[in-house]
Amino acid sequence: MPDRSADPETGARVSLLERRPGGGGNADLTGLRSSRGAGRGDAVFGWIALGAGITVLAVLGLIALSTTKEALPAFQQQGPSFVWSNDWNPNQGKFGALAFIYGTVLVSFIAILLSVPVSLGIALFTNEVAPRRLRRAITYVVDLLAAIPSVVYGLWGLLVLAPAIKPVYESIAGTVGSWPVLSAVLGGKPDGKSFMTAGIILAIMITPIITSLSREVIATVPAQQREAAMALGATRWEMIRASVIPWSRSGIVGAVMLGLGRAMGETIAAALVIGSSAQITLQVFDPGDAMPAYIANQFGEASGTFRSALIGLGVVLFAITIAVNLTARSVVTRFDLRTKGV
Amino acid sequence: MADENYGRALVGEIAPGGTPLSMPNESPDDAELGPADMVVLDDRVAEPAPAPAVFDVDDLHVYYGGYLAVRNVTLQVARHQITAFIGPSGCGKTTVLRCFDRMNDLIPGCRVEGTITYHGVDLYGDDIDPVEVRKRIGMVFQKPNPFPKSIYDNVAFGPKISGAKKSDLDDIVESALTKAALWDEVKDRLGTSAMGMSGGQQQRLCIARAIAVQPEVVLMDEPCSALDPIATARIEDLMQELKQDYTIIIVTHNMQQAGRVSDRTAFFTAEVSPETEQRTGVLVEFDLTEKIFSNPSDERTENYVTGRFG
Repeated sequence: MPDRSADPETGARVSLLERRPGGGGNADLTGLRSSRGAGRGDAVFGWIALGAGITVLAVLGLIALSTTKEALPAFQQQGPSFVWSNDWNPNQGKFGALAFIYGTVLVSFIAILLSVPVSLGIALFTNEVAPRRLRRAITYVVDLLAAIPSVVYGLWGLLVLAPAIKPVYESIAGTVGSWPVLSAVLGGKPDGKSFMTAGIILAIMITPIITSLSREVIATVPAQQREAAMALGATRWEMIRASVIPWSRSGIVGAVMLGLGRAMGETIAAALVIGSSAQITLQVFDPGDAMPAYIANQFGEASGTFRSALIGLGVVLFAITIAVNLTARSVVTRFDLRTKGV
Repeated sequence: MADENYGRALVGEIAPGGTPLSMPNESPDDAELGPADMVVLDDRVAEPAPAPAVFDVDDLHVYYGGYLAVRNVTLQVARHQITAFIGPSGCGKTTVLRCFDRMNDLIPGCRVEGTITYHGVDLYGDDIDPVEVRKRIGMVFQKPNPFPKSIYDNVAFGPKISGAKKSDLDDIVESALTKAALWDEVKDRLGTSAMGMSGGQQQRLCIARAIAVQPEVVLMDEPCSALDPIATARIEDLMQELKQDYTIIIVTHNMQQAGRVSDRTAFFTAEVSPETEQRTGVLVEFDLTEKIFSNPSDERTENYVTGRFG
């Protein structure tokens, strides 16, 4: 006991305890000292948790390492222009992947653009507006969407959506005609298999993810926050803008990021409907290609430097996903610091 | 009878423990404020005409689903006065308070019977828009609940949604913060987050936010229960100033607070049904605060205000 009385905190507690009226001068302090067995559960849990955390980092690091190593021959042959050259010709050893990078970014952008308003709409509707019974039905259906395999989406897109939507594209392109700006995006030679079709399919695929995650986040907004806005005479929409969105903003961005990650990485569905024609164009109704789709289509027959270049595409995709995530996180953190002061 | 005795015994145990805790802070204030309050109250009693009623509550019943939470509440809330609702926990004070700005509408299954008129207009009439009601009748909550936005945006939110012009917002924010006795503390950091303020500052910000929409009435639901005695004293001073312009209804657990700040006091208590053990709030007595605390008409009020709850 004397050796630990130097501990200021413990010392203070002891003196407090001793002064407690009725406690007497000789309070029983045996339970205060940590015995040898105590805290062992915490230590074990700590090690397990640490192990899990390290495993994630290790897996991530090993993936990055091994893919980069495999891709190295192509990177060395092409140099840094791998990411900014548009000349992709495996037969001539040209690996400028810009068109695939562009396709991935464009398709993901379309998917997010279409999916986020719908997902947030569903999440807000189920949490804030819908009666209880309808809420459960919608939640169930949306979660069910997430369970459909991506190849089913892809085949549906290829066999049903693409033929059906081509006339729509053509009609839009015809209407837009030669208008400035719009004709540069919605004109061109519309094809059922296009950036847009891939974007739509991906949007449908990521909607359940974004919806369920944002629904969970929105459900955590404190009732006092909602009441604060309502008591000021806010309508439901004004309350959502003042209380719900600011409180759940970082969580919603996280949900969108997960959806974006899925959209950027989705292979088979995109491969079936994107048109497999690598090109850089603003015309969203034109066929294109994206990194994961191209890898999926070509990897079977690839060998040598071509194979290495395909893995290189994977490395670039990996890097873009991480960069987008980190950027979004830091933006959200900065925003939360400003508004919540935490 | 058995139930009643059980209740007495229970409170008898709590009260001696509770009173000494609050006494050191409360008693000096009481000694100072007591006589001053009496003078004011005496003046009002001498007035021939009673202050005009803002709210007229007639035989109010509130149900949550099939459960009767409060029954038979009849009272009038006078203009530019502070009306306090006191009583033990679970006696329906807050439930009744939330009827005045129709916040109970937001609770699924909540049903209100009887009438509450606001300047003669039935608040629960078919053509009444609860959103408009809440613009005229502000509310301050038990826990400070500023939005996770800047101090300025917190105060400006109400006026903005009420259609205030952007050019007027600066003035509105300054005036509301000044009235809430907060302007000098925050005028140099209006752009910083309201979440970084102390609890007392946050609560005054919530008061500023409520009065920024220029309501006629401010409802306060135990506004000081999360605050320390110094912050509490500031809010109480503030209420006295706000009384000049606003009608205030305050729910409080703190009897000394009701005695210090209010002009009229309503004492609620809970009746426990012997069969179902459900608690239903009833209004026991409503009168001038001075009378409630010095010469109550009902034995239950007397027992409560003297610390012998029954």
